[in-house]
Amino acid sequence: MGAPADRGRGWGVSALALLTLAAMLWGASLSLQAYREVRHPLPPVDNDVLYFRGGAAVSRAALGFDAILADVYWIRAIQHFGGTRHSESGDKSYKLLYPLLDLTTTLDPHFNIAYRFGAIFLAEEYPNGPGRTDQAIALLERGLAADPTRWQYAQDAGFVHYWWRQDYRAAAEWFDRASRIEGAPWWLRSMAATTLAEGGDRQSSRQLWQQLYETTDDTWVRDNAQLKLAQLKALDDIDALAGVIRRFTQARGRPPASWNELVAVRWLSSTPLDPSGTPYELTPGAPGGVALSERSALAPLPPQFTKKQTGPSS
Amino acid sequence: MGRVIGLVAYHVFKESVRDKVLYNLVFFAVLLISASYLIGQLTAGQDVKIIKDLGLAASSVFGLFIAVFIGVGLVWKEVDRRSVYNLLVKPLRRHEFIVGKFLGLALTLAVNIAVMAAALYAVLALMNWLAPGLAKAAVEAPVLDPQLLKAFALLYVQLLVVTSVALFFSAFSGPMLSAAFTFGLYIIGHFNADLAHFETVVKSQAAAWLGRALYYILPNLAPFDVKAAVVHGQPVSAAYVVLTTGYGLLYAGAMVALAVLVFSRRDFK
Repeated sequence: MGAPADRGRGWGVSALALLTLAAMLWGASLSLQAYREVRHPLPPVDNDVLYFRGGAAVSRAALGFDAILADVYWIRAIQHFGGTRHSESGDKSYKLLYPLLDLTTTLDPHFNIAYRFGAIFLAEEYPNGPGRTDQAIALLERGLAADPTRWQYAQDAGFVHYWWRQDYRAAAEWFDRASRIEGAPWWLRSMAATTLAEGGDRQSSRQLWQQLYETTDDTWVRDNAQLKLAQLKALDDIDALAGVIRRFTQARGRPPASWNELVAVRWLSSTPLDPSGTPYELTPGAPGGVALSERSALAPLPPQFTKKQTGPSS
Repeated sequence: MGRVIGLVAYHVFKESVRDKVLYNLVFFAVLLISASYLIGQLTAGQDVKIIKDLGLAASSVFGLFIAVFIGVGLVWKEVDRRSVYNLLVKPLRRHEFIVGKFLGLALTLAVNIAVMAAALYAVLALMNWLAPGLAKAAVEAPVLDPQLLKAFALLYVQLLVVTSVALFFSAFSGPMLSAAFTFGLYIIGHFNADLAHFETVVKSQAAAWLGRALYYILPNLAPFDVKAAVVHGQPVSAAYVVLTTGYGLLYAGAMVALAVLVFSRRDFK
């Protein structure tokens, strides 16, 4: 009776000893590896390697795993965009962004978000993006070719023309094209008319982004619309603050040195914050004497609207 | 006859369980659960799409490896261990042996695919429960889309075709060669449509006819892949599923028949 129990105990002891030995050897090998890497550093990883260029060739070689490969390239596109955008490097190169998006959408021609957000990535102005509105439009046109019923791609192309190119005629044409696709919402037609009539007016911009914010099902597209709405609100705030600064300057013969001076005279209730919660900055050189902080999540503000501001003395 | 085939099939299934083949299900579950967490950190939305893609792709890879690596050993192992001599002196006919082997692996694959499908639905349900916003973001197809079952069903039939090919090679060849041949046919099976239109790349009429003949002889595996379609919520008609399933079952049946033919003519003296 005792023998099997002894054997079991003996097995347990040897298993523990083997596990310990394995853990020690593993730990030692890791230490040795770490030591070797100190003496002989690993070669830098080149994240700019694309692996493949021809989407069609990859699609052929995927053997039915196109969709999962498309996901991998989509994740790489996001990492490339985010990594480059947030890099400290002065020379931000987004050279792989379009090829990665091209591969993603060739492997999976119905990858909705890759077209929609890919276009936003491509259109963002440098240094926040490559500023390639031409590639953004091309990507959306490919999306429409793959799925002609997706009016959202035409709407997004309209936004690219409207927001980044300030080509309101082309924007109106795209909104009109989107409105003609079956299933498109009714307001796209009025959006086309408004764009043509009012062009780059801040209020009409707000309406466009508000429509997109309220109607999109995609979280990222909604977040982007929310950001644009917050930027427009910041521009309104800056205009209002510029007016206060102008009044103060006229009254005192000098601009305010800090927000506290305006709070002290009760022209402001507290230090003004932008919609992201970052204080606005009194910047004598800036139009209106006030500017969005560079630390703000809303920076930089869309240039087509910032150009319209006036200085405190005007 | 049916009872004998059933017994062989049952023993193949039991052996695969004993060989810990079903352990791959644990890897599958761990892969899906960890991926569902990591993907949320890496991607900009589309988490549901990516988890569905990953679940279907992983099911396909695991299933393929089981079909090939177990399939090529089905007959060869019995011959190598010389247990085939003991089996064939029993009241077991050679065709019962081959058909039983095939059905046994088919059962193993069915259990695998069923558990993987259940695991994928469980992970999707968990994601949906933890982040209800995903359901709204998944505009193309519902999170817990029953259409996914069509992809799993066609994947299963595709694996039956691969198993039958592996079994056929296993009836007369060693495991290394059989695996190489089976993988080769798996790859060709995805390029098969090119052979149907071979006349567009060659001028020779004879070559074009040969291409077309090969198109019908070799397994056509690409039509079984509806993964992308179901993930994007595109319709996959019941007629398409039935026709493709019919093609797959008939092709697998033909390969099993060929395996029986080859095995029946083998001399074990």
